[in-house]
Amino acid sequence: MAVTRDDVLHIAELARLGIDPARADELTKELSAILSHMEVLSHVDTTAVSTTAGVGAGGTPLRPDIGVPGVSSAARASIAPVMRDGFFIVPRLATHEDSGESTA
Amino acid sequence: MSVENYTHLGAAQIASSVRAGDASPADMVRASFNRATEIGAGHDELNIFLHSDEKGSVEEAEQMQTRIRGASDIGVLAGVPVAIKDNIASLGLPTTCGSKILKGYVSPFESTAVARLRANGALVVAKTNMDEFAMGSSTENSAFGPTRNPLDVRCVPGGSSGGSAAAVAAGITPIALGSETGGSVRQPAAFCGVVGVKPTYGRVSRYGLVAFASSLDQIGVLGRTVDDAALGLESIAGFDKMDSTSSDADVPIYRLAALGKPAPEARNPDTEAIRIGRSPVPLPPPPGPSTLEGVVIGKPKEYFPDSLDPEIARLCERAFDRFRSMGATVRDVSLPRSPLAIPVYYILAPAEASSNLARFDGVRYGLRVDPGKGLKAMYEATRSEGFGPEVTRRILLGTYVLSAGYYDAYYKKAQAVRTLIADDFRAVFTSGVHAIFTPTTPTTAFPIGAISDPYEMYLNDIFTVTANLAGVPAISVPIGRVRRLPVGGQIITAHFDEYEMFRVAYALEAGLGAEAHQ
Repeated sequence: MAVTRDDVLHIAELARLGIDPARADELTKELSAILSHMEVLSHVDTTAVSTTAGVGAGGTPLRPDIGVPGVSSAARASIAPVMRDGFFIVPRLATHEDSGESTA
Repeated sequence: MSVENYTHLGAAQIASSVRAGDASPADMVRASFNRATEIGAGHDELNIFLHSDEKGSVEEAEQMQTRIRGASDIGVLAGVPVAIKDNIASLGLPTTCGSKILKGYVSPFESTAVARLRANGALVVAKTNMDEFAMGSSTENSAFGPTRNPLDVRCVPGGSSGGSAAAVAAGITPIALGSETGGSVRQPAAFCGVVGVKPTYGRVSRYGLVAFASSLDQIGVLGRTVDDAALGLESIAGFDKMDSTSSDADVPIYRLAALGKPAPEARNPDTEAIRIGRSPVPLPPPPGPSTLEGVVIGKPKEYFPDSLDPEIARLCERAFDRFRSMGATVRDVSLPRSPLAIPVYYILAPAEASSNLARFDGVRYGLRVDPGKGLKAMYEATRSEGFGPEVTRRILLGTYVLSAGYYDAYYKKAQAVRTLIADDFRAVFTSGVHAIFTPTTPTTAFPIGAISDPYEMYLNDIFTVTANLAGVPAISVPIGRVRRLPVGGQIITAHFDEYEMFRVAYALEAGLGAEAHQ
C-alpha cells in the first residue's frame, strides 16, 4: 500500500509536525518502502486470534486507594519559567492561528 | 584494594571493599571519572556522557562515607559508580532523551530504578548518550552526536543504549542502566562485548522512564560480567506502586544462580539478608565451574538462517558445545512466527510512540518555538525543530497506521500476530525447554554512517525484538570475537524466570572463560 504525498502531509498535520515540502517527497518514499515490508502480515491468518495490547503477566496489582503526596512545590518551581501564587504562568493558549495573539 | 585496578573490578568486589572499609566511595567515584578522562568519554571523543557532575558525585560519595561510619545498612552496591541512560529520570542531572526538544530539562522527580540503585548505595556519575527517544540501533540518532565504540572508534556501539554500553565497555562503570523496547540493551551489549539484560515486562518499574512504546518498554542493566548484571537487576527489580504494570511477583536472589543450583523455593533469612546488604554472610563468590545437568537448551532454527554470518554461527556452535559439556541437552526447536517480528514491532512501537510523544508540544517541556501565529503553528514549529529525522519518521509511521482506514490492516493485524509470536514462546517453554539460545545480532558492530536505509537499520533488532513482543526475559553474553569485534549470544527464558536465565548465563560465562573475548 503506497503512501502518497497527500497522505504524508495529512498525517503530519494530525501529528502536529511541520513538514518542509522537499522533505515531504523524501518521507513519502521512505514510508512507502517501510510499509511495503509490512505487507507480509496480510498473508497471516488471524481470524481466530485475539489481539495482544500488553504482555503484563498476572494482571495489574493495585495499590491502596489513598492519596499520595505529589511533587513538592519547590521542585515544581525549580522547573517553571514563571510562577505566581503557586501556579504556573504559561503563554495564553485560548487563541488560535487566526488571531496572532498567542504569546503571553 | 587498589583503585589502580578499578577497571577490572566487579560491582560486588567494589561494594565488598567499601563495606569492609578497605576503600572509600569517593575513591571509586574519582577512579571512574579518571577512567572517563583517560579513555576520552567527552563530547569530542567517544561522546559517551551527555551530562555529568564530578564535583557533585564526589560530594555524594563523601556523604556516603560519613553514613558508613555510623551504620551497618549501606547496601549491596555501596560505593559502586553507575551510569544512567538519559531517558531515565534522575535527580541532580538533566534528562534529555538525547533530544533537542528536551535540552536542559531537569526532572523534578526520580525514577524508581535510579532511586533503588541509590538506596542500595550506588553512586550516579553520568547520564549517557542514546538514540533520540531510544529510537535507533546505533546511537547515531542522538541530537548531541554519535557515540563511538570503545573497542573500535570507527564503529557504532549499537543502540539505543549505546552510551551505557560504551561506559561499561570502557571500564568507566561496572554497571549502567539502559532501556529496551526492541533490543536496545542487548544489541549494544553484544556490539561492545559486555553483558546486557532485559527483564520480563513488569519486573522493573517504568516509573520515571520516558515512554516510547509503553507495552514494550523495560529498563535493563548492562554489566561488565553476568554477576554485575545480576546484582544490578536484583537491586532495581520488584513491585512499585508508582507503575501499574509492575509485577508483585517475588524477586529471587539472582546471584545465587552463580552457584549453579535451581531457584530456591522460598526466601530464607540468610538470602534475604544478602539482598538488603545487612548480612555478615559474604556475597556469593564469583562463579566457578558450573553444571547444567538436566537443563534443556532450545536452538530455534529461525534464528540460524543460512544467511547468518558463518563466523557468528561458529561461535554459537561453540557455546552449544559448552552447554553440552556442562551436562545440558541441546534440542532443536521452532519459533515459526519470529520472522514476522520486525514488521509487527515497527507497526506497534511507532503507533505507541506517536501517542506518547504527543506530550512534547512546546507547552509542558523543554524547547518552545513560537512563530507568533497561534497555538497550532507553535506546536508544529516546536516539534519540527525539536525532533530529529528518525523520531519524525516514526511519529508519522505511527500516526499513519493508527489513522482511519489503516487501523485494522496494520495496527490490529500486528497486535494479532504479536499474540502468535508470544504463543510460539509459550509452546517451547511448556514443552520442557528451560532456555533458548540464539545469536544476539546478525552482525558485529558496523562502521559509523554505514547504514542509511531505515529498514536495514531496523533489521539489527531481528533476533532481539521477539523477546520484547512476548514480554519474556533475555540476556546477551559475550561469546567471542569475529574480525576483532565482539559477538553476543542471547539466552531467553520464560516469563519471570530470570533466575534460570542467569544460571545459564553464569555457566556459559564460566565455560567460555577468556574465549568469550577472543
